[in-house]
Amino acid sequence: MTTVIETAPQVATSTKPLWYVSDQTLDAHVPAGPLDRKWDTSKADMKLVAPHNRRKHTIIVVGTGLAGGAAAAVLGEQGYNVLNFCYQDSPRRAHSIAAQGGINAAKNYRNDGDSIWRLFMDTVKGGDYRSREANVYRLAQLSIDIIDQCVASGVPFAREYSGYLDTRSFGGAQVARTFYARGQTGQQLLLGVYSSLVRQMDRGMVKMFPRQEMLDLVLVDGVARGILARDLVTGEIKSYAADAVVLCTGGYGNVFFLSTYARGANATAVWRAHKRGALFANPCFTQIHPTCIPVKGDYQSKLTLISESVRNDGRVWVPKKAGDNRPPNEIPEEDRDYYLERMYPSYGNLAPRDISSRAAKRVCDEGRGVGPGGYGVYLDLRDAINRLGKKVIEERYGNLMEMYEQITDENPYEVPLRIYPATHYTMGGLWVDYKLMSNVPGLFVGGEANFSDHGANRLGASALLQGLADGYWVLPATLPDYIATAKPEPITTQDEAFAEAENEIQAKIRRLLAVNGSKTVATFHRELGHIMWDYVGMARSEESLVSALSKIRHLREQYWRDVRVSGGPEELNQQLEHALRVADFLELAELMAIDALARDESCGAHFRVEHQTAEGEAERDDERFAYVAAWGYNGAEPPILVKEPLVYENVKLAVRSYK
Amino acid sequence: MNLTLNVWRQPNANAPGRFVTYPVNDISPDMSFLEMLDIVNEGIVHQGEDPIAFDSDCREGICGICGIVINGIPHGGKASTTCQLYMRHFREGETLTLEPFRARPFPVLKDLIVDRTALDRIMSAGGFISASVGSAPDGNDMLVPKNNAEAAMNYAVCIGCGACAAACPNGSAMLFTGAKVAHMAELPQGQPERYQRVVAMLSEHDELGFGSCTNHGECSAVCPAHIPMSAIARINRELTQAALRGYSSATA
Ligand SMILES: Cc1cc2nc3c(=O)[nH]c(=O)nc-3n(C[C@H](O)[C@H](O)[C@H](O)COP(=O)(O)OP(=O)(O)OC[C@H]3O[C@@H](n4cnc5c(N)ncnc54)[C@H](O)[C@@H]3O)c2cc1C
Ligand code: FES
Repeated sequence: MTTVIETAPQVATSTKPLWYVSDQTLDAHVPAGPLDRKWDTSKADMKLVAPHNRRKHTIIVVGTGLAGGAAAAVLGEQGYNVLNFCYQDSPRRAHSIAAQGGINAAKNYRNDGDSIWRLFMDTVKGGDYRSREANVYRLAQLSIDIIDQCVASGVPFAREYSGYLDTRSFGGAQVARTFYARGQTGQQLLLGVYSSLVRQMDRGMVKMFPRQEMLDLVLVDGVARGILARDLVTGEIKSYAADAVVLCTGGYGNVFFLSTYARGANATAVWRAHKRGALFANPCFTQIHPTCIPVKGDYQSKLTLISESVRNDGRVWVPKKAGDNRPPNEIPEEDRDYYLERMYPSYGNLAPRDISSRAAKRVCDEGRGVGPGGYGVYLDLRDAINRLGKKVIEERYGNLMEMYEQITDENPYEVPLRIYPATHYTMGGLWVDYKLMSNVPGLFVGGEANFSDHGANRLGASALLQGLADGYWVLPATLPDYIATAKPEPITTQDEAFAEAENEIQAKIRRLLAVNGSKTVATFHRELGHIMWDYVGMARSEESLVSALSKIRHLREQYWRDVRVSGGPEELNQQLEHALRVADFLELAELMAIDALARDESCGAHFRVEHQTAEGEAERDDERFAYVAAWGYNGAEPPILVKEPLVYENVKLAVRSYK
Repeated sequence: MNLTLNVWRQPNANAPGRFVTYPVNDISPDMSFLEMLDIVNEGIVHQGEDPIAFDSDCREGICGICGIVINGIPHGGKASTTCQLYMRHFREGETLTLEPFRARPFPVLKDLIVDRTALDRIMSAGGFISASVGSAPDGNDMLVPKNNAEAAMNYAVCIGCGACAAACPNGSAMLFTGAKVAHMAELPQGQPERYQRVVAMLSEHDELGFGSCTNHGECSAVCPAHIPMSAIARINRELTQAALRGYSSATA
């Protein structure tokens, strides 16, 4: 696909450039015509498969979260033979379950000025003009049907006394368009999807493979035709063939070790697909969420989010003076700095995530942080409790407050919550076109695993939206079109491509077990997390990124010399599971640093200290960087950057201001 | 803090198991229970032995995958998940016995890990509303009184961990099943399949080998999602109504 025309800087220790740039650009196959007609036009052109032929086609869906679970259920209902995989013991445990705050939809039930156009514009602006216009518009359009579908499948959304659906506000928006079910919206939406899924399992249309982890993608003649998965109970490597493969495997934020992700969340599926040829887009776009419970100690295994929705009623502040150690309730009003309200008066405590996180880091770096270690800020419900009463606050956030108290042993109704930013979401992911197909024919990617809708920063309550839009509507339309057009030949796992891929995996597992070194997998993972947080985290510079690169390479080299993985290959072996995941994180981490280095501008969550305004806000460079950076794997050679230029036909690029 | 752990070790489903004792030293009371186990496991790996296998994923009390019987009580008796227990909940010098969740339909896979796919099968028998994608009316077409929405939510929060069945002397999963039946029976959208659902789910529950409920209440006492016993009363009431309307396991 490529001729190399331009090369990039190199690290001191190497004679190779860090990356190559392709002279070709990517075509996202966005249909022509007006923005609001694109999805309809596209659907009208799609080919169909006749009902009696559908069951002859097998589709593999990896992932049972909102995206994967919904796609599997609908494709099963349409009549395809669906094989659905997850690494947990049940599809109901995908990490979508942990989402708290809510889901956006442009219903405009409140008549507060919302519309599809406004949700679209908020999302494009929130993403700092680095997302694909047509995809975002489709997302906003589909939001309307999604709420209806969820209600119909029994999701008990919050209601007003009148019986109508209730909504609340989320960051980056001035309308109340977020639908919610207490602080457990993700749980209720996922259980809704799960119930559609079990219904198809009951009918035999979806075969479920829990506790199976995808370890490789199998291509035959350059087309995605199956996967290899490790049975996590027996250790057996199993082959599955299909006419198309869909990856909805979630985000890769665990590359930072500490994050709000589930322990098992991994990059393996997308990374292996990348190594088989799928382009990885904008890997450096990672969201650091402003409101998480601060880190306590070295032993810590994960970070817990306190939903952004609490910022609806909570006010964020730190003491005005550095070193003010008085207990929060003894600090009078005049000594408090409600810095978000001060700096961003029109959005206040609901300023978007990237901006709020950086502001928190800034006040802590100034020495005004609170709590042990000084890396925390207050999120104070006092005024809301005085205004609305404790009962209302309990009703809105009860389970979150309970969780906070469990973890910190502090009562958030009496003392302000302490929060600090943490890794939470990855906007980057596998590159897909308008129909959510990657550059590898037959490989589709949905949900957080793709890169498509959120640009350089995701707005709150839009990930659940995207998961369901991809899973309930987009993939069930575009997969049949692919099958009807490409007409894949029947295939079995006897094809030699499966045996070859299996040999590679077996060799890798043998190699890992044979190292028998001195450090555990967790030690390496934690170490990688420190490097990523310190050098590829909330503030990045050329210097920090170049040093991250050499540290990551060094750590990876040590890993394969000194890791200790106990147990054998053919048994339930959690050390081995973790070791395989960390091996992939150690490779992906490098690409993240390279991408961050190549994007010599600040945008959204990607903050290069070299590019900031006088007030410390991100400074974009549309002239040079209004593109999606899609990376091609190039073996032992440096990766190849292929650009998808971002063409805005309807939106005027502007400075993103929340002042 | 210092403690002693007595842990059920069983290499796989077919091998016999036994208790093994591990001393645990210098633990911070701020650690979570599972972080304490992580540290024990690091030590075991350094000694070249097989670490203790246990399930965990979200580690924030919502996915429902974790579950250890601690001193005879699923999740340790604090009505939270195992992952939401903190070491400050335990006493200095305490001995803790750790076992897998036990119920007839939950075979042990290894150490503290059991197979709970039986719960998915109960759900698969009827724990859904058949709403095909694309056919839904506007979300506000059918109003749901706030009280019903709240009541439905109180049941819908079940995390499917299976502690109810592990706590029950009869190994019954009626609390789990009742939570879903009650959630859907509270909502107007759940009405058309209401009676068919309860009959189908309950007969699957029985077929899988879960026991029947004799009102011990242990299930609700350990439930991390605080599902009330009324879920079980509800299931019985729904069942009677279903019978009156002529639904039986043969028709479901
Ligand atoms: C704590 C928290 C709170 C959040 N709150 C909100 C919110 O309020 N609103 C909002 O819009 N978004 C929220 N988000 C983001 C949102 O929840 C996720 O982005 C979204 O749910 C992802 O859905 P998904 O279907 O793409 O992936 P997931 O739900 O993560 O599912 C991934 C699936 O892939 C499977 N899988 C992964 N790797 C493999 C493999 N190698 N082999 C086999 N299977 C594999 C897993 O088993 C799982 O089934 C929150 C996220 C977190 C962490
Ligand atoms: S690990 Fe998810 S509930 Fe405990």
